[in-house]
Amino acid sequence: MIGGLFIYNHKGEVLISRVYRDDIGRNAVDAFRVNIIHARQQVRSPVTNIAHTSFFHAKRSNIWLAAATKQNVIMVFESLYKMCDVMAAYFGKISEDCWTPKENTVLTGNILDFGYPQNSETGALKTFITQQGVKSQITSQVTGQIGWRREGIKYRRNELFLDVLESVNLLMSPQGQVLSTNVSGRVVMKSYLSGMPECKFGMNDKIVIEKQGKGGRSEDGGKSSKQSIAIDDCTFHHCVRLSKFDSERSISFIPPDGEYELMRYRTTKDIILPFRVIPLVREVGRTKLEVKVVIKSNFKSSLLAQKIEVHIPTPLNTSGVQLICMKGKAKYKASENAIIWKIKRMAEMEESQISAEIKLLPTNDKKKWTRPPLSMNFEVRYLKVFESKLNYSDHDVIKWFVTSDEVESTRCAADAAGADEKKEGCPVTSSSSSSLLLFLLSAL
Amino acid sequence: MMNDSLFSLVCAGEIFELKAELNSDKKEKKKEAVKKVIASMTVGKDVSALFPDVVNCMQTDNLELKKLVYLYLMNYAKSQPDMAIMAVNTFVKDCEDPNPLIRALAVRTMGCIRVDKITEYLCEPLRKCLKDEDPYVRKTAAVCVAKLHDINAQLVEDQGFLDTLKDLISDSNPMVVANAVAALSEIAESHPNSNLLDLNPQTINKLLTALNECTEWGQIFILDCLANYTPRDDRESQSICERVTPRLSHANSAVVLSAVKVLMKFMEMLPKDLDYYGTLLKKLAPPLVTLLSAEPELQYVALRNINLIVQRRPEILKHEMKVFFVKYNDPIYVKLEKLDIMIRLASQANIAQVLAELKEYATEVDVDFVRKAVRAIGRCAIKVEQSAERCVSTLLDLIQTKVNYVVQEAIVVIKDIFRKYPNKYESVIATLCENLDSLDEPEARAAMIWIVGEYAERIDNADELLESFLEGFHDESTQVQLQLLTAIVKLFLKKPTETQELVQQVLSLATQDSDNPDLRDRGYIYWRLLSTDPVAAKEVVLAEKPLISEETDLIEPTLLEELICHIGTLASVYHKPPSAFVEGSRGVQHKRLPGSAGSGESVESPDTGSAAGVSEAPPAVIPSQGDLLGDLLNLDLTPPTTTGPPPPSSGMQMGAMDLLGGGLDSLLGGDLGGSPAMGAGFGAPPAAMPASFTAPVSGGLDDLFDLGGGVGMPMGAYSPPKTVWLPAMKAKGLEISGTFARRAGVIQMEMTLTNKAMSVMTDFAIQFNRNSFGLAPAGPLQVLTPLSPNQSIEVTLPLNTVGPVMKMEPLNNLQVAVKNNIDVFYFSCQYPISMLFVEDGKMERQVFLATWKDIPNDNESQFQIKDCHLNSDAASNKLQGSNIFTIAKRTVEGQDMLYQSMKLTNGIWVLAELRVQAGNPNYTVSTEPIYPIMNISQESNGSLNQTINTVLH
Repeated sequence: MIGGLFIYNHKGEVLISRVYRDDIGRNAVDAFRVNIIHARQQVRSPVTNIAHTSFFHAKRSNIWLAAATKQNVIMVFESLYKMCDVMAAYFGKISEDCWTPKENTVLTGNILDFGYPQNSETGALKTFITQQGVKSQITSQVTGQIGWRREGIKYRRNELFLDVLESVNLLMSPQGQVLSTNVSGRVVMKSYLSGMPECKFGMNDKIVIEKQGKGGRSEDGGKSSKQSIAIDDCTFHHCVRLSKFDSERSISFIPPDGEYELMRYRTTKDIILPFRVIPLVREVGRTKLEVKVVIKSNFKSSLLAQKIEVHIPTPLNTSGVQLICMKGKAKYKASENAIIWKIKRMAEMEESQISAEIKLLPTNDKKKWTRPPLSMNFEVRYLKVFESKLNYSDHDVIKWFVTSDEVESTRCAADAAGADEKKEGCPVTSSSSSSLLLFLLSAL
Repeated sequence: MMNDSLFSLVCAGEIFELKAELNSDKKEKKKEAVKKVIASMTVGKDVSALFPDVVNCMQTDNLELKKLVYLYLMNYAKSQPDMAIMAVNTFVKDCEDPNPLIRALAVRTMGCIRVDKITEYLCEPLRKCLKDEDPYVRKTAAVCVAKLHDINAQLVEDQGFLDTLKDLISDSNPMVVANAVAALSEIAESHPNSNLLDLNPQTINKLLTALNECTEWGQIFILDCLANYTPRDDRESQSICERVTPRLSHANSAVVLSAVKVLMKFMEMLPKDLDYYGTLLKKLAPPLVTLLSAEPELQYVALRNINLIVQRRPEILKHEMKVFFVKYNDPIYVKLEKLDIMIRLASQANIAQVLAELKEYATEVDVDFVRKAVRAIGRCAIKVEQSAERCVSTLLDLIQTKVNYVVQEAIVVIKDIFRKYPNKYESVIATLCENLDSLDEPEARAAMIWIVGEYAERIDNADELLESFLEGFHDESTQVQLQLLTAIVKLFLKKPTETQELVQQVLSLATQDSDNPDLRDRGYIYWRLLSTDPVAAKEVVLAEKPLISEETDLIEPTLLEELICHIGTLASVYHKPPSAFVEGSRGVQHKRLPGSAGSGESVESPDTGSAAGVSEAPPAVIPSQGDLLGDLLNLDLTPPTTTGPPPPSSGMQMGAMDLLGGGLDSLLGGDLGGSPAMGAGFGAPPAAMPASFTAPVSGGLDDLFDLGGGVGMPMGAYSPPKTVWLPAMKAKGLEISGTFARRAGVIQMEMTLTNKAMSVMTDFAIQFNRNSFGLAPAGPLQVLTPLSPNQSIEVTLPLNTVGPVMKMEPLNNLQVAVKNNIDVFYFSCQYPISMLFVEDGKMERQVFLATWKDIPNDNESQFQIKDCHLNSDAASNKLQGSNIFTIAKRTVEGQDMLYQSMKLTNGIWVLAELRVQAGNPNYTVSTEPIYPIMNISQESNGSLNQTINTVLH
């Protein structure tokens, strides 16, 4: 198992070093610093073997996390991430300040024992740290079946918030042909419920709907095929009963208290892209670049996209940018090497355009600009609940929150422009699907 | 430094200060001091000097303070073993504390104090804790057993802790079960033969129940343990699989990977035709793909594992090619791994897409990635035959970009493509040669040199190209030097005339001026080969190479099986067995996949070493020079060189000079007969033949004698019936009818001379005009007695083939002049080509195959033989009588295909394919002469076919 855990700041100064096993010597701390942190080159592999010791390492916002071992261990990245999550939950963000010895020595002691990951439930660990007196309750909680929730939680108002965050990945060939699209979504929940509530979710997953259709509700047949989505795969938070999902396709769980990621899903079929983004890039001489980006909305009339933000990358040697946009506000941010274009809202079938003249500093650098992809974020307020099927009983309010969609058009811009440099860039569509999941919530 | 005073440096004065604070009466001050100590400790400073003072703080009711002190103990107990005993009492006391948290803390810390003296005192408290009522204490105690075992294995066994631990597997609390399993697994690893984890269906059932209820980490321990179990039959393994599959939807990717491991392993047990097997395959794909949307480090781990999985079961992800397309913002290690998997998944169905992607990648920025992409294109060509052409043209496009490293990488892979598809894409050589100057990496230079040597006969200026490399011979890397040596030797064997100097130069460079033993040895081998037995040299250097295949880069099957058992662990990331990176006894036992219902499909990975030049020699048959090189042989040996073993290089060189000087002259002389000279050579064996040479030389001689021995071959060669060549009317009464035959390896002209005139005929003489094969009478026409009127005489005239050569029309036409006392008469006759087939016309099977492929289709001609009622075997026998040798026979759709070779007296080989359909009297013959130099051409093929036709009838 894990022999040692080392946490460094970006300069390579040790914030935490915990050795769990004898086979990891104290010099391992320095070996990692010298070979990885101070190597000053791109990380070529997140698993490195230095002098017969294997290091799993990851960098999270200026903090290096490294787990050292000399054995053939299971993958420990998950535990490293969990540790970050716990830190983030405890301190609000991960930074150097998080790793003050007092709390985290206690934390790391509980997360790993003899190198075995033990407990990583944020809630439970918080109790470990914050408890001042002696509460024997915690022991039964962390070893019990519902380690993520303590008993006796009471709220005056029982609330449940649900965010669906989707990101659409689109890969396009230089010829404008869509190579692959997929939507990966996350369902993030905030629950403030009393007691030990048993929650149950259904979703308009194809398999479920088809099953129901067979169950005698043939009149729904035509409708359901329209509304159902084929989910390629989904993964669930620890609290969801997986065997039940496997057999009945129903998501049932007792939620942890507070915020958590209930599920992730991935779909690839029938993705309707709600936006078309068409960038045109023209190189005028060696010191000038003309960029024009057109976005077109392409969704149903009932929807409204809000807080649209388009991120247009610019070359590293940009010296100045002149912008003209039809709608919204645009600004060149030198720190991000990008033009940020913000539009408050866009209705269906609308079109907007921005044109930019980028002045470049002449450089000797022969490396051509790699043309990173454009990306785009927006939110869609999207509420569609089958009221009739909601049979929440003892909870007063169930708030539905926004579905915020995130778009990422991967690599396509780079390809499009890279192929024919002096002519116009090829059209790139990058957009997001707005209505992938319909959730039926029944809180019992 | 960073945060607050806690991080301030520990210097001597400070330790003193801390000491005072620790011994203070005020609780608050004490606590603060301990915190400071711990803070220093955590950042790796040495505060062990404070040990007694800190231990003194141990006896406190404050849980927080206790925790900190325990933490300190864990760190420093080992360096202060005597002091550590002081703590024992407190531990024992704390293990009976009413608060389970304190009990657990005590037992956890206890295990971490790695001091032998203490361990004995700890057994009792540990035993109690293992049976504690609180599961939290039990689960901590379970891990403590593993810790204790690490310190003192004997003690743990003697105290019976292992049995207690085994009992914990049946504990009611899943978390306890999980930790007990983890502890047992680890202990079992250091005792490979002990039956600690006695897995039987009952315990498996318990584990599977606990699996649903314990924490994610517990699930991993249990799944890893399950993977070590071998189910009794396929039904049991199916039921386990069914209960493990829900884990594939877990958010923790380590759980998913462990579940995948269990499934991959138990799948071996399932029969392939089972429905469930197919379902399982389908279920495995989505979670694996989902892992690719995790954090990059996890993606990397997932990709390394997927790499193993697609090698074992490519069907799982065969439709998921697109998810492995590289994204712009992937870190480089993810990109490289994705590329690897793309090639593994490439098939005819998706090759177009893959190639388009790879071409894009080849224009990226990262050099490593670009190189790998170019290499990947080559691997696609080798893997998917249909795509080879497209891959080659893509590579050519990339070469046009003139980006240096792209060009070099492309040349390296094109070499591999040549190895896979010999004689198919030679047209690109010209383009490659254009970039010769830009190659600066050894691998690319070596590849280019290999190509030039391999196809020397197709590259006009091969010698110039190689010579240009030779200039800086000593500055090249060994790889290039070796390749250059081999290439020049190949070139010499292919074009002996123009390249003597070159080969001499390279041999002396390699043997005399080089310090590298590999190079020197290879140089000597070639030198000796060339000087002792050039025929053998040709066979060795130009031997047919095994074709490379895509399996070359696959992981060796037994290793793959072992790695599959280690999915989700470090071994699967390194693609190495644990024994390769784990020190000591831990984890070195080899895991194997269970014997499966259908394990016959294990992948083979033929070992194709590509470095050695000898094995790299190309398949090529060079006609006509075999016996010439025999000449070289004796010319080389005649001068009595005094080389002894080991031969000093000067002597060697002398021999080679002879070889090159004398031997080649005669070679150039176009002496096609060979045999007289050969005889002469043998007649004068070298006086002082160096001992080291004896063996190979005599071997060579034996071979040659064998060849000669072939002269006494079986009779029964085809001989056409006599026909009238010269009617009496035309020759003033002399009628000549005759035929040709090959008897005992000698071509004979059998004639019947009949005197139909009124007067006696005497003084017969005969002469041939120049003809296609240089036929000439070997002696005078033996008509001893005068030929009286109406008398006939049978004359047999032996012929040889050393006469002047001129192409005739038709090819086998022979113009003869016969003289007697009356006049000179001219006639022409046609001899059957079959009599020119020599006895050693049996080609090596391998050579035949390669040659058959080599010959361009244009050379082929087809012919049908009508009304032949022999079966294939009889035909084969009959043909053999005429020195048409059957090399191979195969049956395709009721047709017998006979592959035959024959060699003409002038050394030209002819290959034929004879198709015999059972019951159909018509045969189809197609013949292909190799190297239609001289006069064999299209129409000659016809005559060859005719020959076969006539022989068969």
